[in-house]
Amino acid sequence: MQASTSTLPDAGTGRQILLSHFDDLDQQHLSSNLGMWFFLVSEVMFFSGLIGAYAVYRALSPVAFERASGHMDLWVGFFNTLVLLTSSLTMALAVRCSQIGDNRGIVRYLIATAVLGTVFLGVKGFEWKQEIDHHLLPGPHFVVPAEDAEALRAVSVGTDGQFDPVKYARNLGHFQMMFVLYFFMTGVHAFHMIVGVAAVLIFAVLAQIRWFSGYGTTQIEVLGLYWHFVDVVWVFLYPLLYLIG
Amino acid sequence: MQHHHQSSQLHQSAEAHEQSHHVIAVKTYLMIYLALMLLLALTVGAYFLDMGSHQINLAVAMTIAVVKAVLIVLFFMHVYYSAPLTWITAVGSLLWVGLLLAFLLADYFSRGWLDILGK
Amino acid sequence: MSASAHARRDDGRPADYLSDTSVASWLLTTDHKRVGILYMLSVTLFFFVGGVIAGLMRLELMTPRGDVMSTPDAYNRMFTMHGVIMIFFFLVPAIPGVLGNFLLPLMIGARDLAFPKINLLSWYVYMIGGVMGVWILVYGGVDTGWTFYTPFSTMYSNTYVVTAAVAVFITGFSSILTGLNFIVTVHTMRAPGMTWFRLPLFVWSHYATALIMVLGTPVLAISVVLIGLERLFQFGIFDPKLGGDPILFQHLFWFYSHPAVYIMVLPGFAVISEIIPCFSRRPIFGYRFIAFASVAIAIFGFLVWGHHMFVSGQSMYAGAVFSILSFLVAIPSAIKVFNWTATLYKGSLRFDTPMLYAMGFMGLFTIGGLTGLMLASLAIDVHVHDTYFVVAHFHYIMVGGTTMAYLGGVHFWWPKITGRTYSELWGKLSALLVFVGFNLTFFPQFLLGYLGMPRRYFEYRPEFQVLNVMSTAGASILAVGFVLPLFYLLLSLRKAPDAGPNPWGATGLEWQVESPPTTHNFHEPVLVTCGPYMYSPEEAEREYASQHVHTA
Repeated sequence: MQASTSTLPDAGTGRQILLSHFDDLDQQHLSSNLGMWFFLVSEVMFFSGLIGAYAVYRALSPVAFERASGHMDLWVGFFNTLVLLTSSLTMALAVRCSQIGDNRGIVRYLIATAVLGTVFLGVKGFEWKQEIDHHLLPGPHFVVPAEDAEALRAVSVGTDGQFDPVKYARNLGHFQMMFVLYFFMTGVHAFHMIVGVAAVLIFAVLAQIRWFSGYGTTQIEVLGLYWHFVDVVWVFLYPLLYLIG
Repeated sequence: MQHHHQSSQLHQSAEAHEQSHHVIAVKTYLMIYLALMLLLALTVGAYFLDMGSHQINLAVAMTIAVVKAVLIVLFFMHVYYSAPLTWITAVGSLLWVGLLLAFLLADYFSRGWLDILGK
Repeated sequence: MSASAHARRDDGRPADYLSDTSVASWLLTTDHKRVGILYMLSVTLFFFVGGVIAGLMRLELMTPRGDVMSTPDAYNRMFTMHGVIMIFFFLVPAIPGVLGNFLLPLMIGARDLAFPKINLLSWYVYMIGGVMGVWILVYGGVDTGWTFYTPFSTMYSNTYVVTAAVAVFITGFSSILTGLNFIVTVHTMRAPGMTWFRLPLFVWSHYATALIMVLGTPVLAISVVLIGLERLFQFGIFDPKLGGDPILFQHLFWFYSHPAVYIMVLPGFAVISEIIPCFSRRPIFGYRFIAFASVAIAIFGFLVWGHHMFVSGQSMYAGAVFSILSFLVAIPSAIKVFNWTATLYKGSLRFDTPMLYAMGFMGLFTIGGLTGLMLASLAIDVHVHDTYFVVAHFHYIMVGGTTMAYLGGVHFWWPKITGRTYSELWGKLSALLVFVGFNLTFFPQFLLGYLGMPRRYFEYRPEFQVLNVMSTAGASILAVGFVLPLFYLLLSLRKAPDAGPNPWGATGLEWQVESPPTTHNFHEPVLVTCGPYMYSPEEAEREYASQHVHTA
């Protein structure tokens, strides 16, 4: 997004710099905006593969998924959703400030966004720690808690009404599967958050030193799109992972 | 085919000017935020409500999630004020997720209908 | 805004995009034409690496017993690496990366793609994946087949599956970046007057390709990540013992990999749609139908993936639906073939090298497509699934289709890319050798498959030997046909530019600028006032009268 090749006379002043392969600023702005949108489309498809796996395994063993979900603290998730939605508000306000040319506002709201994002990540890390301590991290140390194993044994009956060990094994597997998907989905989401927080901080510094031409409207808007997308993903992850049963 | 032309008035993105710089009022943002908070409370409330079957609970939770996502996309992401192409992009990506899920689940749900092992 | 479009000229030959020859100027370039050249060099390299492996396989299959390779396992690694390299590092990036990058901005009257830096980044990302691919090859390869099917890939294979998954994952990002760059460029960078229905069909096809790249590739990424995780940690995502379902992997894999067939072949359509009208001297027949057919293929291509899974344990009902939808996707492909044929009808045909490749494409793609319909029928597929019939079918699409189109396109635009003409005689010879060699290689494989020879084995029953020897003999002819252009095209670089702006008398903005073009493509802002393919009958007659001048 640097503008080293610009040939416009007003480069560096309040007006946004035009890159040499564009005809005008609108074309440049529209291109950046669309570029981010199509990137987000590919991100949606990336997550949809995981949602697909989730849907299949949950449909196969609904009880196992409910039991597994019971180990996630819905109020911690609630708090995190609240934090993330608030960060979306501050991000939207940062974009608004860049549109009306309020540089101090941009910096303020971007920092607020980064702080909220960091709080989210901190809480998420704390949650993971708890789950790992309870041997719920999939792998060799994974232990199905006794009461869950009991509940799953109760629902593992064949068509003849008798206990079905194959079904039981599958239910136990799907109990772990929920945690595989939980860690993977929240992990990929957290990765996107880390990238987002880093970018927001960099942009805050750049806005502070007035590096952007034209208050960085285009750049901050595009960053905002990314941030809101990560928020939207969480809006779906929260009910799918925490609110089952 | 190629002509000398000095202005870019004919450029198709000319009408994009006002769309791309639409400034939304702070009040609107706050209203949307408030609505999101209410929906968040609602989705947790619905969790504690026994609605008879898990399918209904799931449907309610997903509906609320979709409404929240739509609000974020329309206003925080400015799609409401954007060109039709942005609408198509946003709706199209959702459509494609639906397509993947629909065909995927259709296979799993229709297995065993034939009563032939493995079909 | 014309100030930024000016081109600086030297005293002598006008400076063009090739003038700066320093290594840094190539490795740091953001010029779409130079990135195209970088892609051309790298896909050529990977094509020959994959080709050598193919040659070794054909050598092995000349006799019913294993004798060239030491173990069956070595053969397994060979066909896997052949598939991985050819698909991910040649077929997917070939036409979009080389011709698409070079031509898309020129064709729509733009100075560059919308995101020149991302364009360069896509090449670097691709090269990282490619180098990893070659690294795997050198250190022993992968033996899962390019499809990485579980549970073999996650539980049994002792090869570099995770590294290969990472390589594919990385290369996928290059594809996504190219795709979103193309989409945005077509939307925002068209010159004034370049309406959607004045776009060359090359652009339409590449737009459709880009849609698939953006929508499909991420799902491949997630499926190979799941393979990697499962293999490293044995979580049971695809392990039936732990409740996993191996068929889920096939679903996710083919959700990308079937549309990926269209990522490979739609750019081929793009090239053919340019060559056919030019060498028939007629406007293309049914412009809008071809344009919409491209988009239709991109969309319907996402609804048919289950036809790869008819015998996998997928539900019969899903199979039936996927079968019907697969028949439907043949309609837009057929529309294209019919329209190209109708364009030829009563045209003033000129059989220069690009046209020979294009004609070869039409015949071979049609055979590939029709056998595809056979495979889409549930009953026939059960019989020929995993036999050489399938191998022959997809090689007719990928080699007979995409590779022929790629070579045709390279020959068509070589004068534009380099400013040089090449020897027509050698060009025609190579086209002929490729066509003959290809058919001799792969037609016998249809028969072999129908007779029941399974794919992916390094030994076979003695009664299949005659057809296998024919196939190997054809492969050697094919190899000569592929190597020839390397020589005469490179030799053409030794002489001074002699092509002139428009050696074929073609329409299209790219033919109105110098060969090779300057860095910013156009000296003046472009205004488009008419549609593509304005080859009038009068002009056709004139061309016909002077035909010998062009073919000399």
